[in-house]
Amino acid sequence: MSIATTPTSRGRRSSLLSRLRPRLLETLTTPHAVDRYLELVDPMMTVDDMRAEVVAVRHQTPDTVTLTLRPTWQWKGFAAGHFVQIGVVVDGVRHTRCYSPAGTAGTDDDTIELTVKAQPDGIVSNYLVASAKPGLVVNLAPATGTFELPSPRPDHVLLISGGSGITPVMSMLRTLVHEGYTGRVAFLHYAYTENDVCYRAELDRIAAENDNVDVLYAYTDQQNGGHLHGFFDTEHLNVAAPWHASAQTFLCGPPGLMKGVRSVFDELGLSESLFSEEFVTAVPVVDGDASGTVSFSGSSVEAENDGATLLEQAENAGLTPEFGCRMGICFTCTAIKKSGCTRNVKTGELDSDPDNEIQLCISVPVGDVDIDV
Amino acid sequence: MFGLSLSFLPFIGSSSAPDTTTSGVDVLDEPGTDGPVVLSYEAVEELGRKLDDLRARTVADLGQEDRDYIFKIIKAQRGLEVAGRGLMYFGFFPPAWIAAVSALSLSKILDNMEIGHNVMHGQYDWMREPGLNSKVFEWDNTCPGDQWRHSHNYMHHTYTNILDMDRDIGYGILRMDSAQKWNPYYLGNPIYAFLLMTFFEWGVMLHDLEAENVIQGKRKWHDVKPLLEGWWKKAGRQVLKDYIVFPALTGPMFVPTLVGNFTANIVRNVWAYSIIFCGHFPTGVQTFTVEETAQETRGQWYVRQMLGSANIEGGQLFHIMSGNLSHQIEHHLFPDLPAHRYPQIAPEVKALCEEYGLPYNTGGFFHQIGTVWGKIFRLALPDRFTGVDKVTGVIIEREKAAA
Ligand code: FES
Repeated sequence: MSIATTPTSRGRRSSLLSRLRPRLLETLTTPHAVDRYLELVDPMMTVDDMRAEVVAVRHQTPDTVTLTLRPTWQWKGFAAGHFVQIGVVVDGVRHTRCYSPAGTAGTDDDTIELTVKAQPDGIVSNYLVASAKPGLVVNLAPATGTFELPSPRPDHVLLISGGSGITPVMSMLRTLVHEGYTGRVAFLHYAYTENDVCYRAELDRIAAENDNVDVLYAYTDQQNGGHLHGFFDTEHLNVAAPWHASAQTFLCGPPGLMKGVRSVFDELGLSESLFSEEFVTAVPVVDGDASGTVSFSGSSVEAENDGATLLEQAENAGLTPEFGCRMGICFTCTAIKKSGCTRNVKTGELDSDPDNEIQLCISVPVGDVDIDV
Repeated sequence: MFGLSLSFLPFIGSSSAPDTTTSGVDVLDEPGTDGPVVLSYEAVEELGRKLDDLRARTVADLGQEDRDYIFKIIKAQRGLEVAGRGLMYFGFFPPAWIAAVSALSLSKILDNMEIGHNVMHGQYDWMREPGLNSKVFEWDNTCPGDQWRHSHNYMHHTYTNILDMDRDIGYGILRMDSAQKWNPYYLGNPIYAFLLMTFFEWGVMLHDLEAENVIQGKRKWHDVKPLLEGWWKKAGRQVLKDYIVFPALTGPMFVPTLVGNFTANIVRNVWAYSIIFCGHFPTGVQTFTVEETAQETRGQWYVRQMLGSANIEGGQLFHIMSGNLSHQIEHHLFPDLPAHRYPQIAPEVKALCEEYGLPYNTGGFFHQIGTVWGKIFRLALPDRFTGVDKVTGVIIEREKAAA
């Protein structure tokens, strides 16, 4: 499958900086990277590291924020449906999170639009909703993902979203409209009430201006207004897109919606034409739980969690991770925990952040854990 | 107190006067104490819990303030470096050359001590800042970061002051403890120490080689080869930068720049050596044997760190320039806490020492370095001339008392 859009990039400073990059510069700043000097002057002036600066902030609903980011010259654009990872400093700690750009892909506009919804206990989302201001500089990783519009475009497209899952399908809709797509498009969005719908004015405008586009709002906590009420079922599907059998469907939303849509499509035998993007949900934290599976995904080894430290479990599984003191001092054993929850035996602290560095010798898994060893 | 008057050595004459009650030896002289302090198994465990608690409280408090601090230091260091490199263009004018060397020396000292040493200890890993991650960080030093993390973070910090395990005791070159058996080679102790001080970064680089084991054939080529590759890459780049590229960039100032860069490296070496030697070798620090520490509990490990380390008193600037290794005791207890927090927790550590009758070895820089050099000279001679006994200030009961 090819990527639907051609990444565009004409960073303002690209040519200058890429030519300014001879090895001489690196020799002069050794052992530090050139960017470790440049960032002290201007965090957006980098040779290697990609960053983005928040240039606009708007609040569409009470618990979301829509950010417009201007990336540094290394940005290669994105395809509708992809996600980007941004790194934000909250209370001294840089946290990374993934968000899907909501903007039109494949245009010359080099900005990235993200809509972030405050999550209960969400460190980054709460921080951004409450405090993001123009001028904030974040770390940025290239856009990636498998959730994307196929090329050539399908005959008909059904987009289903819930809550802040709207962003990747919003991007798909905007991109299709921008491309002058002529097939049928239905955009079915789930929200608690009409006040929780992001992009409503724009969605209404798109629907009014494009005969081939239908936009339907489904409210789960509001009995009047909108087009549909309650949760997704076959009836909703038939109202929104009676032609769904000949369409490709793109779905992004909270787990409940994903499950509902999948089971309906399974029943209809249409699961082949359903593509979805899952939200990463926090692993439930069960203290003192020596169950589950430890996956050492770096070496494709799995083991039953026996409650010992990850260093010991790795060794018992025949692996030889680097280690030193085996008591949490030297950080030789640090590895990336890709998913799952671990407990630090020194402090009792639980850690369920994905892609976090942990010390294997003082971490025990709590349930399923995936370590890059 | 040395059993031998060293007053013929002028620069240690003053420091061999009876010192304050803070050194390990002098605890014995306190009224009511006529032998080493004996710490029960339970007391040690209790002390360990209190230190764990102190650590937890400090960790819980880490945040933006610590991040701002380290970036402030980095900014100062980079500023000094740029200033130093720039001033070298005016090396024809002696005051400018001196200013250049001073700025560059300060930059290298900050880079190695308050930034490099501490970042590579993982003190700032919690910030999850890719540029300040202990696993990938490199410093302005010929020793590659990964080798230093092995010889220092692992070997030295795990086996602190255990004879034959902690290679920082004498670095395989010097006799720094009377339990190291004397042989005529050690007559050169002060000379080796002087050379080590001058070329400290190269000594640090060679540390992981365990040269004496290579000579004795205990280390094989395949152990040594990766070290050599690391040196070639790391030291090669450092030499290229300081002795070829930057001098060349100043054109006609090539030689003054080269000499200036060399001088800055030496200044950094002498300073780093002095601070580091004050951390473990002043009078009063205790060493341990492999046997006694074989089955150590966490509390016992803590006590060993306290007895094996020594602090240096000084002002805030002094602490920053020493990478807060002037708080070596706190550093050895909590090597992964951001070092600028050590001054803040030191009073609590000191109070715990007092509570448990443990020495808290501290003193001014000249006092501490004086006793270090005293030791270097004294241990050059066989014990029958110096009459030195191994000092045991504190005895740790390592087994639970039978009920
Ligand atoms: S092995 Fe030293 S921190 Fe894990």
